[in-house]
Amino acid sequence: MASPGRTLVIACGALARELMAVIRTSGWQHLQVQCLPADLHNRPERITEAVRQKIHAARGRFSQLFVAYGDCGTGGALDRMLAEEGVERIAGAHCYEFLSGSSVFEQLSDEEPGTFYLTDFLLRHFERIVIQGLGLDRFPHLVQTYFGNYRRLVYLAQEPTVERLEAARAAARRLGLEFESRHTGLAPLAQALTFVKREAVAWAG
Amino acid sequence: MSDDTDELDLRTLDDNELVEQMHDDLYNGLREEIEEGTRILLERRWTPDVVLDRALVGGMQIVGVDFRDGILFVPEVLQAANAMKGGMEILRPLLAETGAEPIGKIVIGTVKGDIHDIGKNLVSMMMEGAGFEVIDIGINNPVDKYLEALEKHQPDILGMSALLTTTMPYMKVVIDTMKQKGIRDDYIVMVGGAPLNEEFGKAVGADAYCRDAAVAVETAKALIHARRQARVARAA
Repeated sequence: MASPGRTLVIACGALARELMAVIRTSGWQHLQVQCLPADLHNRPERITEAVRQKIHAARGRFSQLFVAYGDCGTGGALDRMLAEEGVERIAGAHCYEFLSGSSVFEQLSDEEPGTFYLTDFLLRHFERIVIQGLGLDRFPHLVQTYFGNYRRLVYLAQEPTVERLEAARAAARRLGLEFESRHTGLAPLAQALTFVKREAVAWAG
Repeated sequence: MSDDTDELDLRTLDDNELVEQMHDDLYNGLREEIEEGTRILLERRWTPDVVLDRALVGGMQIVGVDFRDGILFVPEVLQAANAMKGGMEILRPLLAETGAEPIGKIVIGTVKGDIHDIGKNLVSMMMEGAGFEVIDIGINNPVDKYLEALEKHQPDILGMSALLTTTMPYMKVVIDTMKQKGIRDDYIVMVGGAPLNEEFGKAVGADAYCRDAAVAVETAKALIHARRQARVARAA
C-alpha cells in the first residue's frame, strides 16, 4: 500500500551524499532516497534497466517517484523509458550540469571543451574510478591517450576544504592538466530538484 | 644453453606459429614484439598487405570480439591498438610503394564541442588496416570543417564520432547542412560513439550507426559495394 505523501527519489550513488544534504537542509522530510551503484556509469547501457527495475519495485509503495540521474551516456534511452513509465527526472545531461548549474556548466564547456570535471564524489573516489577505472594504475602511459585532448581539470566543489582542494590540484597534476576550482555548494542541485519542490508544496498544502 | 631470460625467439617460429604468436602479442599489447614479428614476416618475403591482414588485422579482430563480449576492457584494447600501430608504422610506407588502390576513402572526425577521439582513432586504424584511405580531421569539428574536407578529398564516406550526449545531436546539424547544399546523397554517412544507437543514427539521417570499429569496417565495405553496384546497374 502507498504511503500517503511519501516520495521516492531513485538516484545515482554519485549523488547520494549531496542529495541527503539538500533534503536535510531543505526540510523535505517526505522524501526518501534509494541509490543505485555509481559504478553503473562504467556500463551506461545497464542504467536504464536498473532504474526501471527500481521504479517497478517501488510502484504502489510511494505516492510519487522521481529520478535523480542525468542522461549519463544512455543516449536518450533513460528518458524514453521514463516517458513510458510516466516518471520525471532531474533536468540536465549529467551530474556536472546539475551540480554546477546549467549556465555555469555551459559557460565552462563553451570556453574549453577539453575540460575534465571532478565533483566531491569523484574526488573521493578518484583512485578507484578514474585511475583504476581507466587502467592508469596498470598502464600509466595511457594518460596521454585518454587526456591528451583535455586542457584543464575543473573541480566543482560542493563542500571544499583545504585538503580537498589540494587533492584536486594533485589529480590535475597527475593527469597533466591545468587546475581550476569552482565552489558550487549545493544550491544548484537544490535548484535542479524543481519537481521535488513542487511535490513538497503540494504535500504541505 | 638456453637464454636465462626464457624469452621466446620469434625467429625460431614457422610462419603460422609466428602469426599465432603475433595475435597473442597483440592481445597482450606488446608493441615491440609486434614490430619485430612484422619485420620477420617481411624478411620472409611476405607482402606488406598480407602481413597487415593476417597478422595485425586478424589479431585485432580477436581483440574486438573479446571487447564486445566484455572479456577485454578499454585499457587493454588501447594497449593492443598501440601495438598494432607499431606494426602499421613499419608497413605504411611499404604499402604506399605498392601503389595498390584503396578500397574506398573516408573522411572522419569528432563533432563540434567534443574532444574525444579514442573510438574514432580505433575506427581510423581498423579502416586503414582494411585498405581504406583515411583522412582524419581530428576533434571538435564545426560543420564547415566537415564540408571543407568533403569538398577537398571527395571521399566515399563521411564518418562522425561523438562521446557526449550533449554533442551527438550536432551530427544532425552536419547532415541537415549537407541536405541543404544538395550533397547529402553524394556520400555514405556513418556515425558512432558510446551514447549512440541504431535509432539515433536513423533519426539524424545517417546511412549507418556502427557500434564498434569492426562493425564500422564491415559496414563501410558493404555500403561501398552496394553503392558501386547501384551505379553499375544505373549505367547499364
